[in-house]
Amino acid sequence: MDGGVARFWREIPQRYNLIGNKCESCKRVFFPPRESCPHCRRKSMGKMEDIKLSGSGEIITYTIIHVGPEAFEEQVPYPIAIIKLDEGPHITAQIVDCNIDDVKIGMKVQSTFRKIQEDGYVGAIYYGYKFKPLR
Amino acid sequence: MRDVAVIGVGLTKFGELWDKSFRQLIAEAGSKAIFDAGVSGNEIDAMYIGSMSSGRFIGQEHIGALVADASGFSQLHIPATRVEGACASGGLAMREGYLSIASGMNDIVVVGGIEKMNDVGGNFATETLATAADQEWEAFFGVTFPGLYAMIAMRHMHEYGTTKEQLAQVAVKNHANGILNPYAQYQRKITLEQALNATMVAYPLGLMDCSPVTDGAASVILCAAEKTKKFTDKPVKIIASGQGSDTLALHSRRDICTLDATVHAAKMAYKQANLKSSNIDLAEVHDCFTIAEICAIEDLGFVEKGQGGKAVENKITTLDGSLPVNTSGGLKSKGHPVGATGVAQIVEITQQLRGEAEKRQVKDARIGLAHNIGGSGATCTVHILEAV
Ligand SMILES: [Zn+2]
Repeated sequence: MDGGVARFWREIPQRYNLIGNKCESCKRVFFPPRESCPHCRRKSMGKMEDIKLSGSGEIITYTIIHVGPEAFEEQVPYPIAIIKLDEGPHITAQIVDCNIDDVKIGMKVQSTFRKIQEDGYVGAIYYGYKFKPLR
Repeated sequence: MRDVAVIGVGLTKFGELWDKSFRQLIAEAGSKAIFDAGVSGNEIDAMYIGSMSSGRFIGQEHIGALVADASGFSQLHIPATRVEGACASGGLAMREGYLSIASGMNDIVVVGGIEKMNDVGGNFATETLATAADQEWEAFFGVTFPGLYAMIAMRHMHEYGTTKEQLAQVAVKNHANGILNPYAQYQRKITLEQALNATMVAYPLGLMDCSPVTDGAASVILCAAEKTKKFTDKPVKIIASGQGSDTLALHSRRDICTLDATVHAAKMAYKQANLKSSNIDLAEVHDCFTIAEICAIEDLGFVEKGQGGKAVENKITTLDGSLPVNTSGGLKSKGHPVGATGVAQIVEITQQLRGEAEKRQVKDARIGLAHNIGGSGATCTVHILEAV
Protein backbone atom coordinates (compact mmCIF):
# COMPACT_ATOMS: atom_id res chain seq x y z
CA MET A 1 0.00 0.00 0.00
CA ASP A 2 1.49 3.30 -1.05
CA GLY A 3 1.46 6.44 1.02
CA GLY A 4 3.55 8.21 3.60
CA VAL A 5 4.45 6.76 6.97
CA ALA A 6 1.95 9.08 8.67
CA ARG A 7 -0.92 7.35 6.90
CA PHE A 8 -0.02 4.16 8.72
CA TRP A 9 1.24 5.71 11.92
CA ARG A 10 -2.02 7.49 12.72
CA GLU A 11 -3.91 4.18 12.64
CA ILE A 12 -1.56 2.46 15.11
CA PRO A 13 -3.93 2.57 18.13
CA GLN A 14 -6.61 0.75 16.14
CA ARG A 15 -4.36 -1.70 14.34
CA TYR A 16 -2.07 -2.56 17.27
CA ASN A 17 -4.49 -2.40 20.16
CA LEU A 18 -7.99 -2.67 18.66
CA ILE A 19 -9.11 0.70 19.95
CA GLY A 20 -12.69 1.29 18.83
CA ASN A 21 -15.27 3.62 20.24
CA LYS A 22 -18.68 3.53 21.83
CA CYS A 23 -21.69 5.76 21.32
CA GLU A 24 -22.72 6.86 24.81
CA SER A 25 -26.20 7.58 23.45
CA CYS A 26 -27.12 4.08 22.20
CA LYS A 27 -24.16 2.08 23.60
CA ARG A 28 -23.26 0.65 20.19
CA VAL A 29 -19.55 -0.07 19.70
CA PHE A 30 -17.66 0.75 16.50
CA PHE A 31 -14.43 -0.37 14.95
CA PRO A 32 -12.58 1.50 13.57
CA PRO A 33 -13.68 4.46 15.70
CA ARG A 34 -16.27 6.71 14.05
CA GLU A 35 -16.63 10.46 14.32
CA SER A 36 -20.35 10.01 14.97
CA CYS A 37 -22.81 7.17 15.43
CA PRO A 38 -24.80 6.42 12.25
CA HIS A 39 -27.82 5.47 14.36
CA CYS A 40 -27.84 8.52 16.68
CA ARG A 41 -26.06 11.00 14.39
CA ARG A 42 -26.15 14.48 16.04
CA LYS A 43 -27.10 13.06 19.44
CA SER A 44 -23.80 11.19 19.44
CA MET A 45 -21.59 14.19 18.65
CA GLY A 46 -19.06 14.60 21.45
CA LYS A 47 -20.29 11.40 23.06
CA MET A 48 -18.10 8.88 21.27
CA GLU A 49 -15.81 7.28 23.88
CA ASP A 50 -12.73 5.23 23.02
CA ILE A 51 -12.87 1.61 24.08
CA LYS A 52 -10.33 -1.22 23.82
CA LEU A 53 -11.88 -4.30 22.27
CA SER A 54 -11.23 -7.78 23.62
CA GLY A 55 -10.29 -9.19 20.22
CA SER A 56 -12.44 -12.24 20.72
CA GLY A 57 -15.16 -13.07 18.26
CA GLU A 58 -16.68 -15.44 15.75
CA ILE A 59 -16.24 -15.90 11.98
CA ILE A 60 -19.41 -14.95 10.12
CA THR A 61 -17.98 -15.48 6.63
CA TYR A 62 -14.62 -16.15 5.02
CA THR A 63 -12.80 -16.85 1.79
CA ILE A 64 -9.54 -18.43 0.78
CA ILE A 65 -7.54 -15.97 -1.34
CA HIS A 66 -5.78 -17.81 -4.17
CA VAL A 67 -4.86 -14.77 -6.26
CA GLY A 68 -3.50 -12.17 -3.88
CA PRO A 69 -2.34 -8.57 -4.09
CA GLU A 70 1.38 -8.16 -4.74
CA ALA A 71 2.20 -7.58 -1.07
CA PHE A 72 0.54 -10.87 -0.13
CA GLU A 73 1.55 -12.97 -3.15
CA GLU A 74 3.95 -15.16 -1.19
CA GLN A 75 1.26 -16.10 1.31
CA VAL A 76 -1.37 -17.57 -1.06
CA PRO A 77 -3.55 -19.45 -0.47
CA TYR A 78 -4.58 -17.71 2.76
CA PRO A 79 -7.90 -17.35 4.59
CA ILE A 80 -9.55 -13.98 5.20
CA ALA A 81 -12.66 -13.62 7.29
CA ILE A 82 -15.22 -11.18 8.54
CA ILE A 83 -15.32 -11.61 12.31
CA LYS A 84 -18.09 -10.47 14.61
CA LEU A 85 -16.31 -9.25 17.73
CA ASP A 86 -17.92 -9.94 21.10
CA GLU A 87 -18.55 -6.20 21.59
CA GLY A 88 -20.50 -6.05 18.31
CA PRO A 89 -18.39 -4.57 15.51
CA HIS A 90 -17.39 -6.62 12.47
CA ILE A 91 -13.81 -6.65 11.26
CA THR A 92 -11.96 -8.06 8.21
CA ALA A 93 -8.72 -9.92 8.90
CA GLN A 94 -6.55 -12.90 8.01
CA ILE A 95 -7.01 -16.15 9.90
CA VAL A 96 -3.69 -17.73 10.96
CA ASP A 97 -2.25 -20.58 13.01
CA CYS A 98 -4.57 -23.23 11.60
CA ASN A 99 -5.07 -25.34 8.48
CA ILE A 100 -7.00 -23.66 5.71
CA ASP A 101 -9.52 -26.50 5.79
CA ASP A 102 -10.25 -25.86 9.46
CA VAL A 103 -11.62 -22.36 8.88
CA LYS A 104 -15.40 -22.45 9.26
CA ILE A 105 -18.31 -20.07 9.69
CA GLY A 106 -19.12 -19.98 13.41
CA MET A 107 -15.52 -20.64 14.47
CA LYS A 108 -14.41 -18.76 17.61
CA VAL A 109 -11.27 -16.70 17.09
CA GLN A 110 -8.96 -14.38 19.01
CA SER A 111 -6.91 -11.46 17.69
CA THR A 112 -3.14 -11.69 17.55
CA PHE A 113 -0.50 -9.05 16.76
CA ARG A 114 1.31 -9.77 13.49
CA LYS A 115 3.21 -8.29 10.58
CA ILE A 116 0.71 -7.44 7.83
CA GLN A 117 2.86 -6.14 4.97
CA GLU A 118 5.95 -4.12 4.16
CA ASP A 119 6.69 -1.16 1.95
CA GLY A 120 9.24 -2.82 -0.36
CA TYR A 121 12.74 -3.83 0.88
CA VAL A 122 13.65 -0.54 2.52
CA GLY A 123 10.31 0.94 3.57
CA ALA A 124 8.34 0.62 6.76
CA ILE A 125 6.99 -2.71 8.02
CA TYR A 126 3.30 -2.52 8.77
CA TYR A 127 1.91 -4.43 11.73
CA GLY A 128 -1.65 -5.05 12.83
CA TYR A 129 -4.16 -7.71 13.81
CA LYS A 130 -4.80 -11.17 12.48
CA PHE A 131 -7.00 -13.77 14.15
CA LYS A 132 -6.25 -17.30 15.32
CA PRO A 133 -8.57 -20.09 16.49
CA LEU A 134 -9.55 -19.82 20.15
CA ARG A 135 -8.42 -23.01 21.82
CA MET B 1 -39.74 17.44 -12.96
CA ARG B 2 -39.74 16.92 -16.71
CA ASP B 3 -39.84 13.54 -18.40
CA VAL B 4 -36.59 12.45 -20.01
CA ALA B 5 -35.97 10.01 -22.87
CA VAL B 6 -33.06 8.23 -24.49
CA ILE B 7 -32.85 9.24 -28.15
CA GLY B 8 -29.52 7.75 -29.16
CA VAL B 9 -27.07 5.05 -28.13
CA GLY B 10 -23.51 4.13 -29.04
CA LEU B 11 -21.10 1.42 -28.00
CA THR B 12 -17.57 0.41 -28.88
CA LYS B 13 -16.53 -3.19 -29.14
CA PHE B 14 -15.60 -4.42 -25.63
CA GLY B 15 -12.37 -6.33 -25.14
CA GLU B 16 -8.59 -6.03 -25.08
CA LEU B 17 -8.35 -3.15 -27.53
CA TRP B 18 -4.59 -2.69 -27.87
CA ASP B 19 -4.81 -0.44 -30.92
CA LYS B 20 -7.39 1.96 -29.47
CA SER B 21 -6.66 4.81 -27.07
CA PHE B 22 -8.89 6.19 -24.33
CA ARG B 23 -9.67 9.21 -26.53
CA GLN B 24 -10.51 7.11 -29.57
CA LEU B 25 -12.83 4.86 -27.58
CA ILE B 26 -14.90 7.62 -26.00
CA ALA B 27 -15.04 9.58 -29.27
CA GLU B 28 -16.25 6.48 -31.08
CA ALA B 29 -19.02 5.67 -28.60
CA GLY B 30 -20.04 9.32 -28.39
CA SER B 31 -20.19 9.92 -32.11
CA LYS B 32 -22.17 6.71 -32.67
CA ALA B 33 -24.74 7.90 -30.11
CA ILE B 34 -24.83 11.41 -31.57
CA PHE B 35 -25.38 10.09 -35.10
CA ASP B 36 -27.98 7.62 -33.80
CA ALA B 37 -29.87 10.51 -32.19
CA GLY B 38 -29.31 12.90 -35.08
CA VAL B 39 -28.34 15.78 -32.83
CA SER B 40 -25.69 18.32 -33.72
CA GLY B 41 -22.98 19.68 -31.45
CA ASN B 42 -24.57 23.04 -30.85
CA GLU B 43 -27.74 21.41 -29.56
CA ILE B 44 -25.86 19.66 -26.75
CA ASP B 45 -26.24 21.42 -23.40
CA ALA B 46 -23.91 19.31 -21.28
CA MET B 47 -21.85 16.12 -21.02
CA TYR B 48 -21.53 13.75 -18.07
CA ILE B 49 -18.77 11.14 -18.16
CA GLY B 50 -18.43 8.14 -15.87
CA SER B 51 -14.91 6.84 -15.32
CA MET B 52 -13.74 4.99 -12.25
CA SER B 53 -10.01 5.42 -12.30
CA SER B 54 -8.55 6.98 -15.42
CA GLY B 55 -5.90 8.40 -13.08
CA ARG B 56 -4.52 4.96 -12.32
CA PHE B 57 -5.38 3.22 -15.58
CA ILE B 58 -3.96 5.81 -17.99
CA GLY B 59 -2.42 8.36 -15.62
CA GLN B 60 -4.92 10.99 -16.71
CA GLU B 61 -7.47 12.85 -14.62
CA HIS B 62 -9.57 15.83 -15.77
CA ILE B 63 -11.61 13.50 -17.93
CA GLY B 64 -14.68 15.71 -18.40
CA ALA B 65 -12.87 18.31 -20.46
CA LEU B 66 -10.72 15.69 -22.17
CA VAL B 67 -13.79 13.84 -23.42
CA ALA B 68 -15.41 17.02 -24.73
CA ASP B 69 -12.14 17.86 -26.44
CA ALA B 70 -11.64 14.36 -27.89
CA SER B 71 -15.24 14.41 -29.14
CA GLY B 72 -14.55 17.52 -31.18
CA PHE B 73 -16.45 19.98 -29.00
CA SER B 74 -13.59 22.20 -27.81
CA GLN B 75 -14.86 25.15 -29.84
CA LEU B 76 -18.36 24.85 -28.36
CA HIS B 77 -17.17 24.98 -24.72
CA ILE B 78 -19.87 22.54 -23.64
CA PRO B 79 -20.04 22.01 -19.85
CA ALA B 80 -18.43 18.60 -19.29
CA THR B 81 -18.30 16.86 -15.93
CA ARG B 82 -16.69 13.60 -14.87
CA VAL B 83 -18.57 11.52 -12.29
CA GLU B 84 -17.02 8.79 -10.14
CA GLY B 85 -18.54 6.02 -8.04
CA ALA B 86 -16.22 3.09 -8.70
CA CYS B 87 -17.92 0.53 -10.98
CA ALA B 88 -21.14 2.55 -10.70
CA SER B 89 -19.56 5.62 -12.30
CA GLY B 90 -21.53 5.06 -15.52
CA GLY B 91 -24.84 4.70 -13.69
CA LEU B 92 -24.08 7.88 -11.76
CA ALA B 93 -23.26 9.79 -14.97
CA MET B 94 -26.57 8.57 -16.37
CA ARG B 95 -28.42 9.79 -13.29
CA GLU B 96 -26.68 13.19 -13.31
CA GLY B 97 -27.59 13.63 -16.98
CA TYR B 98 -31.16 12.59 -16.25
CA LEU B 99 -31.47 14.97 -13.29
CA SER B 100 -30.06 17.89 -15.23
CA ILE B 101 -32.80 17.54 -17.87
CA ALA B 102 -35.57 16.65 -15.42
CA SER B 103 -34.74 19.81 -13.49
CA GLY B 104 -35.30 21.93 -16.58
CA MET B 105 -31.72 23.16 -16.74
CA ASN B 106 -30.73 21.21 -19.85
CA ASP B 107 -32.63 19.90 -22.88
CA ILE B 108 -30.08 17.59 -24.50
CA VAL B 109 -27.24 15.85 -22.72
CA VAL B 110 -24.54 13.39 -23.74
CA VAL B 111 -23.82 10.70 -21.17
CA GLY B 112 -20.63 8.71 -21.59
CA GLY B 113 -18.87 5.95 -19.73
CA ILE B 114 -15.38 4.65 -20.30
CA GLU B 115 -12.54 2.61 -18.90
CA LYS B 116 -9.27 1.80 -20.62
CA MET B 117 -7.98 -0.96 -18.36
CA ASN B 118 -5.44 -2.85 -20.44
CA ASP B 119 -2.78 -0.14 -20.65
CA VAL B 120 -1.57 -1.34 -17.23
CA GLY B 121 -0.51 -4.81 -16.09
CA GLY B 122 -2.93 -7.32 -14.58
CA ASN B 123 -1.69 -6.84 -11.01
CA PHE B 124 -2.00 -3.09 -11.21
CA ALA B 125 -5.48 -3.40 -12.72
CA THR B 126 -6.56 -5.71 -9.89
CA GLU B 127 -5.20 -3.33 -7.28
CA THR B 128 -6.92 -0.42 -8.96
CA LEU B 129 -10.25 -2.23 -8.79
CA ALA B 130 -9.55 -2.88 -5.11
CA THR B 131 -9.50 0.87 -4.48
CA ALA B 132 -13.30 0.60 -4.63
CA ALA B 133 -13.04 -1.31 -1.35
CA ASP B 134 -12.06 0.24 1.99
CA GLN B 135 -8.29 0.69 1.64
CA GLU B 136 -7.56 1.14 5.34
CA TRP B 137 -9.77 -1.57 6.84
CA GLU B 138 -10.21 -4.15 4.08
CA ALA B 139 -7.51 -4.02 1.41
CA PHE B 140 -4.71 -3.28 3.90
CA PHE B 141 -5.33 -6.66 5.53
CA GLY B 142 -5.00 -8.60 2.28
CA VAL B 143 -8.54 -8.99 1.05
CA THR B 144 -8.97 -8.64 -2.71
CA PHE B 145 -12.02 -7.39 -4.56
CA PRO B 146 -13.02 -10.93 -5.63
CA GLY B 147 -12.37 -11.90 -1.99
CA LEU B 148 -15.12 -9.55 -0.80
CA TYR B 149 -17.68 -11.04 -3.18
CA ALA B 150 -16.40 -14.51 -2.23
CA MET B 151 -17.29 -13.71 1.38
CA ILE B 152 -20.78 -12.66 0.28
CA ALA B 153 -21.04 -15.96 -1.60
CA MET B 154 -19.87 -18.04 1.38
CA ARG B 155 -22.44 -16.44 3.66
CA HIS B 156 -25.15 -16.86 1.00
CA MET B 157 -24.29 -20.54 0.66
CA HIS B 158 -24.29 -20.91 4.45
CA GLU B 159 -27.62 -19.18 5.02
CA TYR B 160 -29.62 -20.22 1.96
CA GLY B 161 -27.96 -23.35 0.62
CA THR B 162 -26.86 -21.65 -2.58
CA THR B 163 -24.46 -23.92 -4.45
CA LYS B 164 -21.29 -23.45 -6.46
CA GLU B 165 -23.20 -25.00 -9.39
CA GLN B 166 -25.82 -22.25 -9.20
CA LEU B 167 -23.06 -19.63 -9.23
CA ALA B 168 -21.55 -21.31 -12.28
CA GLN B 169 -24.93 -21.35 -14.01
CA VAL B 170 -24.97 -17.54 -13.93
CA ALA B 171 -21.72 -17.52 -15.93
CA VAL B 172 -22.94 -20.20 -18.34
CA LYS B 173 -26.14 -18.24 -19.01
CA ASN B 174 -24.37 -14.92 -19.49
CA HIS B 175 -21.87 -16.46 -21.89
CA ALA B 176 -24.77 -17.99 -23.84
CA ASN B 177 -26.20 -14.47 -24.19
CA GLY B 178 -22.82 -12.97 -25.02
CA ILE B 179 -22.51 -15.25 -28.04
CA LEU B 180 -25.40 -13.26 -29.53
CA ASN B 181 -23.84 -9.86 -28.84
CA PRO B 182 -21.29 -8.77 -31.47
CA TYR B 183 -19.96 -6.10 -29.07
CA ALA B 184 -19.20 -8.59 -26.29
CA GLN B 185 -15.63 -9.34 -25.20
CA TYR B 186 -16.33 -13.08 -25.25
CA GLN B 187 -18.60 -14.63 -27.82
CA ARG B 188 -17.92 -18.09 -26.57
CA LYS B 189 -20.05 -20.74 -24.95
CA ILE B 190 -18.78 -22.14 -21.67
CA THR B 191 -19.98 -25.35 -20.04
CA LEU B 192 -20.93 -25.88 -16.43
CA GLU B 193 -17.89 -28.14 -16.04
CA GLN B 194 -15.55 -25.48 -17.40
CA ALA B 195 -17.01 -22.91 -15.04
CA LEU B 196 -16.76 -25.23 -12.05
CA ASN B 197 -13.22 -26.35 -12.83
CA ALA B 198 -11.77 -22.93 -13.57
CA THR B 199 -8.71 -21.67 -11.68
CA MET B 200 -9.64 -20.67 -8.14
CA VAL B 201 -9.43 -16.92 -7.45
CA ALA B 202 -11.03 -16.53 -4.03
CA TYR B 203 -12.91 -19.56 -2.79
CA PRO B 204 -15.66 -20.28 -3.78
CA LEU B 205 -15.20 -17.97 -6.78
CA GLY B 206 -13.15 -19.26 -9.70
CA LEU B 207 -12.02 -17.39 -12.77
CA MET B 208 -15.36 -18.08 -14.50
CA ASP B 209 -17.21 -16.42 -11.62
CA CYS B 210 -15.36 -13.16 -12.27
CA SER B 211 -15.91 -10.48 -14.88
CA PRO B 212 -12.83 -9.72 -16.99
CA VAL B 213 -10.56 -6.70 -17.40
CA THR B 214 -11.94 -4.79 -20.37
CA ASP B 215 -11.43 -1.73 -22.54
CA GLY B 216 -14.56 -0.07 -23.82
CA ALA B 217 -16.85 2.93 -23.92
CA ALA B 218 -20.57 3.55 -24.12
CA SER B 219 -22.70 6.61 -24.70
CA VAL B 220 -26.35 7.62 -24.68
CA ILE B 221 -28.05 10.85 -25.67
CA LEU B 222 -30.75 12.07 -23.29
CA CYS B 223 -33.42 14.56 -24.30
CA ALA B 224 -36.36 16.27 -22.63
CA ALA B 225 -39.32 14.03 -23.56
CA GLU B 226 -41.27 16.98 -24.94
CA LYS B 227 -38.52 17.64 -27.49
CA THR B 228 -37.77 14.15 -28.83
CA LYS B 229 -40.05 14.36 -31.93
CA LYS B 230 -37.46 16.25 -33.89
CA PHE B 231 -34.95 13.43 -33.47
CA THR B 232 -36.67 10.05 -33.27
CA ASP B 233 -39.97 8.25 -33.49
CA LYS B 234 -38.69 5.63 -31.05
CA PRO B 235 -37.78 7.49 -27.87
CA VAL B 236 -37.28 5.31 -24.81
CA LYS B 237 -38.54 7.04 -21.70
CA ILE B 238 -36.63 6.95 -18.43
CA ILE B 239 -39.49 6.43 -16.01
CA ALA B 240 -37.36 6.18 -12.88
CA SER B 241 -33.91 6.88 -11.54
CA GLY B 242 -32.91 5.59 -8.10
CA GLN B 243 -29.68 5.69 -6.17
CA GLY B 244 -28.48 4.39 -2.83
CA SER B 245 -25.35 4.24 -0.72
CA ASP B 246 -24.05 2.04 2.08
CA THR B 247 -20.91 1.56 4.17
CA LEU B 248 -17.74 1.38 2.11
CA ALA B 249 -16.58 -1.74 3.95
CA LEU B 250 -18.53 -4.95 3.45
CA HIS B 251 -18.05 -5.98 7.09
CA SER B 252 -19.97 -2.95 8.39
CA ARG B 253 -23.19 -3.76 6.52
CA ARG B 254 -26.45 -4.72 8.22
CA ASP B 255 -26.42 -8.05 6.37
CA ILE B 256 -23.51 -9.52 4.40
CA CYS B 257 -25.83 -11.07 1.76
CA THR B 258 -28.07 -8.06 1.14
CA LEU B 259 -26.92 -4.99 -0.75
CA ASP B 260 -29.03 -2.41 1.03
CA ALA B 261 -27.90 0.23 -1.48
CA THR B 262 -29.68 -1.83 -4.15
CA VAL B 263 -32.76 -2.28 -1.98
CA HIS B 264 -32.88 1.49 -1.41
CA ALA B 265 -32.27 2.46 -5.06
CA ALA B 266 -34.85 -0.07 -6.26
CA LYS B 267 -37.46 1.14 -3.79
CA MET B 268 -36.88 4.70 -4.93
CA ALA B 269 -37.16 3.68 -8.59
CA TYR B 270 -40.27 1.50 -8.24
CA LYS B 271 -41.96 4.31 -6.33
CA GLN B 272 -41.14 6.91 -8.95
CA ALA B 273 -42.29 4.64 -11.79
CA ASN B 274 -45.29 3.48 -9.76
CA LEU B 275 -44.39 -0.11 -10.63
CA LYS B 276 -43.68 -3.38 -8.91
CA SER B 277 -40.74 -5.64 -9.63
CA SER B 278 -43.20 -7.99 -11.38
CA ASN B 279 -43.83 -5.31 -14.04
CA ILE B 280 -40.24 -5.48 -15.29
CA ASP B 281 -39.83 -7.38 -18.58
CA LEU B 282 -36.03 -7.64 -18.57
CA ALA B 283 -33.08 -6.43 -16.55
CA GLU B 284 -29.39 -5.71 -16.93
CA VAL B 285 -27.88 -6.30 -13.49
CA HIS B 286 -24.37 -5.82 -12.15
CA ASP B 287 -22.82 -9.30 -12.34
CA CYS B 288 -19.22 -8.31 -11.62
CA PHE B 289 -19.16 -11.74 -9.96
CA THR B 290 -21.71 -14.53 -10.35
CA ILE B 291 -22.86 -14.13 -6.74
CA ALA B 292 -23.57 -10.45 -7.45
CA GLU B 293 -26.23 -11.39 -10.02
CA ILE B 294 -27.88 -13.72 -7.52
CA CYS B 295 -27.93 -11.00 -4.85
CA ALA B 296 -29.14 -8.45 -7.41
CA ILE B 297 -32.22 -10.38 -8.51
CA GLU B 298 -33.10 -10.84 -4.84
CA ASP B 299 -32.44 -7.27 -3.75
CA LEU B 300 -34.33 -5.87 -6.77
CA GLY B 301 -37.32 -7.90 -5.59
CA PHE B 302 -37.56 -10.29 -8.56
CA VAL B 303 -37.27 -13.28 -6.22
CA GLU B 304 -37.33 -13.65 -2.45
CA LYS B 305 -34.12 -13.27 -0.44
CA GLY B 306 -32.19 -16.50 -0.65
CA GLN B 307 -34.01 -17.78 -3.75
CA GLY B 308 -31.65 -16.26 -6.32
CA GLY B 309 -29.61 -19.42 -6.81
CA LYS B 310 -32.74 -21.51 -7.29
CA ALA B 311 -34.12 -18.97 -9.77
CA VAL B 312 -30.99 -19.28 -11.88
CA GLU B 313 -31.10 -23.07 -11.66
CA ASN B 314 -34.75 -23.02 -12.74
CA LYS B 315 -33.77 -20.93 -15.77
CA ILE B 316 -36.08 -18.05 -14.92
CA THR B 317 -33.39 -15.56 -15.98
CA THR B 318 -32.38 -17.05 -19.35
CA LEU B 319 -33.14 -15.27 -22.62
CA ASP B 320 -36.39 -17.24 -22.99
CA GLY B 321 -37.17 -17.29 -19.26
CA SER B 322 -39.90 -15.30 -17.55
CA LEU B 323 -37.41 -12.57 -16.57
CA PRO B 324 -34.41 -12.40 -18.91
CA VAL B 325 -31.41 -11.02 -17.01
CA ASN B 326 -28.28 -9.72 -18.71
CA THR B 327 -29.34 -10.34 -22.29
CA SER B 328 -26.21 -8.44 -23.36
CA GLY B 329 -24.00 -11.11 -21.82
CA GLY B 330 -23.66 -9.09 -18.65
CA LEU B 331 -20.37 -7.97 -17.19
CA LYS B 332 -19.15 -11.56 -17.28
CA SER B 333 -19.34 -12.10 -21.03
CA LYS B 334 -19.86 -8.68 -22.56
CA GLY B 335 -16.97 -7.41 -20.45
CA HIS B 336 -16.66 -4.86 -17.65
CA PRO B 337 -14.86 -1.62 -18.56
CA VAL B 338 -15.92 -0.34 -15.15
CA GLY B 339 -16.85 3.27 -15.92
CA ALA B 340 -18.61 2.25 -19.13
CA THR B 341 -20.71 -0.54 -17.65
CA GLY B 342 -23.59 1.52 -16.23
CA VAL B 343 -24.02 3.34 -19.54
CA ALA B 344 -23.66 0.15 -21.62
CA GLN B 345 -26.53 -1.35 -19.61
CA ILE B 346 -28.74 1.57 -20.71
CA VAL B 347 -27.64 0.95 -24.31
CA GLU B 348 -28.75 -2.70 -24.09
CA ILE B 349 -32.10 -1.89 -22.46
CA THR B 350 -32.75 0.84 -25.04
CA GLN B 351 -31.98 -1.51 -27.94
CA GLN B 352 -34.25 -4.16 -26.43
CA LEU B 353 -37.11 -1.69 -25.93
CA ARG B 354 -36.71 -0.38 -29.47
CA GLY B 355 -36.84 -3.96 -30.75
CA GLU B 356 -33.32 -3.65 -32.14
CA ALA B 357 -31.54 -6.33 -30.11
CA GLU B 358 -31.43 -8.74 -33.05
CA LYS B 359 -30.72 -12.32 -31.96
CA ARG B 360 -30.95 -11.31 -28.30
CA GLN B 361 -34.36 -9.67 -28.68
CA VAL B 362 -36.75 -10.31 -25.81
CA LYS B 363 -40.26 -10.66 -27.22
CA ASP B 364 -42.68 -7.85 -26.36
CA ALA B 365 -40.14 -6.10 -24.15
CA ARG B 366 -41.75 -2.92 -22.90
CA ILE B 367 -40.19 -2.12 -19.52
CA GLY B 368 -36.52 -2.70 -18.71
CA LEU B 369 -34.38 -2.11 -15.63
CA ALA B 370 -30.66 -1.33 -15.34
CA HIS B 371 -28.81 -1.98 -12.06
CA ASN B 372 -25.26 -0.72 -11.54
CA ILE B 373 -23.12 -1.34 -8.43
CA GLY B 374 -20.00 0.38 -7.16
CA GLY B 375 -17.50 -1.54 -5.02
CA SER B 376 -18.91 -4.37 -2.95
CA GLY B 377 -22.22 -2.51 -2.78
CA ALA B 378 -21.54 0.95 -1.33
CA THR B 379 -23.09 2.67 -4.37
CA CYS B 380 -26.02 1.58 -6.50
CA THR B 381 -28.08 3.10 -9.27
CA VAL B 382 -31.31 1.68 -10.67
CA HIS B 383 -32.91 3.05 -13.83
CA ILE B 384 -36.21 1.93 -15.32
CA LEU B 385 -36.90 2.55 -19.00
CA GLU B 386 -40.09 2.19 -20.97
CA ALA B 387 -40.77 1.91 -24.69
CA VAL B 388 -43.06 4.77 -25.74
ZN1 LIG C 1 -25.66 5.71 18.81
